[in-house]
Amino acid sequence: MADHDSSSPSDTSRRGALECMLWAGAGVLWTVSGGVPRSSLLGSAQAATTPATTQAAGLSFVQISDSHIGFKNPPNPDTPGTLTEAIALVGQQKGSAAFMLHTGDVSHLSKPAEFDTAAQINAGAGLDVHYVPGEHDVLVDDGQPFFERFTKGAAKGWYSWDQDGVHLVALNNVQNLKAGGLGNLGAEQLAWLDKDLKPRPASQPVVVFAHVPLWTVSEQWGWGTDDGAQALALLRRFGSVTVLNGHIHQVMQKVEGNLAFHTARSTAFPQPAPGTAPSPGPIKDLPPGRLQAMLGITKVSRVQGQGALAIVDTPLGA
Amino acid sequence: MFRRLILAVALGGVAAPGPAARAADTATVTIDNFTFTPAVLTISVGTAVTWTNHDDIPHTVVLPSPAPRSPVLDTDDHFSFTFAAAGTYTYFCSLHPHMQATVVVK
Repeated sequence: MADHDSSSPSDTSRRGALECMLWAGAGVLWTVSGGVPRSSLLGSAQAATTPATTQAAGLSFVQISDSHIGFKNPPNPDTPGTLTEAIALVGQQKGSAAFMLHTGDVSHLSKPAEFDTAAQINAGAGLDVHYVPGEHDVLVDDGQPFFERFTKGAAKGWYSWDQDGVHLVALNNVQNLKAGGLGNLGAEQLAWLDKDLKPRPASQPVVVFAHVPLWTVSEQWGWGTDDGAQALALLRRFGSVTVLNGHIHQVMQKVEGNLAFHTARSTAFPQPAPGTAPSPGPIKDLPPGRLQAMLGITKVSRVQGQGALAIVDTPLGA
Repeated sequence: MFRRLILAVALGGVAAPGPAARAADTATVTIDNFTFTPAVLTISVGTAVTWTNHDDIPHTVVLPSPAPRSPVLDTDDHFSFTFAAAGTYTYFCSLHPHMQATVVVK
């Protein structure tokens, strides 16, 4: 708490944050309808109409990701400011959302003051928040400070629950990473997942969230999970599986049978598309007006019924 | 003279060793764009290697056990380790494990 002031936006940085929001985004609103997850980026015209058109939704929730509180470099010297703006948009547009997911990298360096700032800002959404760790959140004491604070009752960061007929599974794929490898779940977590899923009927919609993509987006940049395929094998029998990830600070999605994969934007800074830059580091040289198109939030809603799986995504800006 | 030649190789020929008596006992590795440079560093026993992170994203240096793992290196942070035994040490970044490089100690 001692250096809380250093992470609170000053008047000056507040103005900076508002400028940043011209090129920053907020979050994504998700609706799962008949096993059909639909997403829209909050702040877009479409998102503004989403709550009204999904009043019948069985379950709606919001996803935010990669807030990186503590990061102060270009293109965003004020990550608390952009997170605050994102949460304000969540508050305005959450509709009937039941909770919010944060898919990791809450902090930049796992510092207590960073966790404090993020928790305080996220509380402004007025929603329960379910977290999974990113690799930036577990830099201290094997992640215990993060787990004690953000995944109470789940000492290793993985857990599940049921809500309105949907089974939600939080996975941790950011620890015990192997040299040369990608994200990692590990045998213990996979055994837990197998046990967790086994008694459930294939008709139950499943939403899985984890920080690093469970599918391989870019092996060269480490954007994938070594044993992700083993987790997906356990999920394939279900009629509707939605896999939500962060880590890569951009929207990517694909549909594979009954599995729909979606990665969320960051609330802090964008990263380049795989292979388009020398490294996956932040895109620093964004012209003003572009960040808004490159950050975001997600909302998911679910409507009871049967239907084909699809994900709809709309960018925040041109 | 022999040690000086080894250091020149270790630094990739970029920087010539200075005249200081202990110059041959140090070497540097930089981290830029999620890459350790040089990818292979060859040093003599007793050399202290310093890694410096120039990225905006934190990295770590995880040497094979029982050698240590560095604390998290934020921008411009550095970490040093003196190699007391000959061998080939392949190390990686625990946050971005695709980042790998090698120190050869002769």
